[in-house]
Amino acid sequence: MNALMAEHGAYDVARIRGDFPILGERVYGKPLTYLDNGASAQKPRAVIDAIRNAYETEYANVHRGVHYLSQRATDAMESARQKVRDFLNAREDHEIIFVRGATEGINLVAASWGRANLKPGDEILLTTMEHHSNIVPWQMIRDQTGAVIKVAPIDDDGALVMEELARLIGPRTRMVAVTHVSNALGTVVPIADIIRRAHAVGAKVLIDGCQAVPHIPVDVQALDCDFYVFSGHKLYGPSGIGVLYGKAALLEAMPPYQGGGEMIETVTFQKTTYAGLPFKFEAGTPHIVGAVGLGAAIEYLGSLGLPRIAAHEHELLAYATERLAALNAIRIVGRAPEKAAILSFTLDGVHPHDIGTILDREGIAVRTGHHCAQPVMDRFDLPATVRASFGLYNTREEVDRLVAGLARVQEIFRS
Amino acid sequence: MTDSASIQDEIRRIVDEFAIFDDWMGRYEYLVDIGRALPALAEARRQDSHRVPGCQSKVWFHARREGERIVYEADSDALIVKGLIALLLRVYSGRRPEDILATPTDFLAEIDLGSHLTGSRANGLHAMIRRIKAYAAAFAADRAAAAVDPAALA
Repeated sequence: MNALMAEHGAYDVARIRGDFPILGERVYGKPLTYLDNGASAQKPRAVIDAIRNAYETEYANVHRGVHYLSQRATDAMESARQKVRDFLNAREDHEIIFVRGATEGINLVAASWGRANLKPGDEILLTTMEHHSNIVPWQMIRDQTGAVIKVAPIDDDGALVMEELARLIGPRTRMVAVTHVSNALGTVVPIADIIRRAHAVGAKVLIDGCQAVPHIPVDVQALDCDFYVFSGHKLYGPSGIGVLYGKAALLEAMPPYQGGGEMIETVTFQKTTYAGLPFKFEAGTPHIVGAVGLGAAIEYLGSLGLPRIAAHEHELLAYATERLAALNAIRIVGRAPEKAAILSFTLDGVHPHDIGTILDREGIAVRTGHHCAQPVMDRFDLPATVRASFGLYNTREEVDRLVAGLARVQEIFRS
Repeated sequence: MTDSASIQDEIRRIVDEFAIFDDWMGRYEYLVDIGRALPALAEARRQDSHRVPGCQSKVWFHARREGERIVYEADSDALIVKGLIALLLRVYSGRRPEDILATPTDFLAEIDLGSHLTGSRANGLHAMIRRIKAYAAAFAADRAAAAVDPAALA
């Protein structure tokens, strides 16, 4: 921590908030308290400026124009790809595939890798705490190939039961697709251990990194994971852009996912040959400016330092957990030993939707519902929870506002 | 007094009841009280087959004919939504289909609970309003068809 501070200076959250124009907004006349970062994070001026600058000064279609602007746009997009490669410490630029978001990344792997590799009886291993986007694509390919889905359970704290997971990894396991951090519970999953176990039986591993990349430095080479996906909009970047990392050898062996322009080498009506990586998987005109914005977001995070961000958020999570635990009738859902900055809870006798509605009137944005993770809700026998998820710009005062808001809720719903 | 006049009276009463409160918290507390006072739907009707698809809270809905009128019953597991349901039932339940179809839901905006609450697709209210109207339209069409059906005349 001290070395970090020496390198970057103290973590000045007030100054950092100034980088995010939307945080100055008021909701129902109250200051915005944005605690829904797990759903989508707000954008710093650096990202907004990069998007505007791209459209104003270096916009054209990429990868094929001979003219000046096309080259500028291509350079900007490919420079973003390099930033993503550095961010994940991938070996090669062309291991970074730009997609619309994690959902598309998982669908791509399930459809392309899955169709080429899965046979009847082959097993896909998931966990109870997967987001629907890491369940449904696998069910779709299961139904097409005759593969089987197995599910590793979680315990009452929301931690993965590693002995069960180890037992479920067997000779028929072909793919282990797990989240790095649970979006509904905040649980940090020991993915390095899972990857080792999966590789020991020859299975491939896909990591859903949506909730992890804003908090945890990721090194795909050190992890040795086969695929890693994340969405730009949760990383303070634009919506509509995301990343699929895949090991080059795997991606090269996979058939294309979508056909179209950009992804071909030659086309005749008899036969088409495909472009090399990464273009084989980027059919059509890509989200050029989205990629540029994502690159700017990664640069911005780098300027703050991800470990410092993580330390700040960890402190907020601990403070919020302590303050909420002290309230009557609050039940915190998800108490795994290692958590990212996500706090899911219920309040006895009040529906989460009602809680969210009252907090909203106080200017506090939280997520309520099943968080697109219905199996998690079923595991805890809950219809829904309230989820406060913290980002790099949140403060202790905002936690205090949340606690005061919950007191309001209790006041309104006292029977 | 005609039926449509009594619908307008009910709407006026609702708007007046909420006008007493000068802050949002009072209005919400009152809405929660209204929700609590609405009897729960019988267990047999709190089933998935009676669910109105809504993302966040559950809403159950049932309609039946009583002579020329339609009686609606509904329930929710979230109290604020249930309060809003109770208001809808006061206005629309036990009315004639043509009066139901002729009455817009603007009054919800008038009581100032936050436009996005009453306009939100997330709470199932939207879907329930659509069903109230659809049921009334179907009943009206059915009756019109029955009126010219020779079998019905015989």
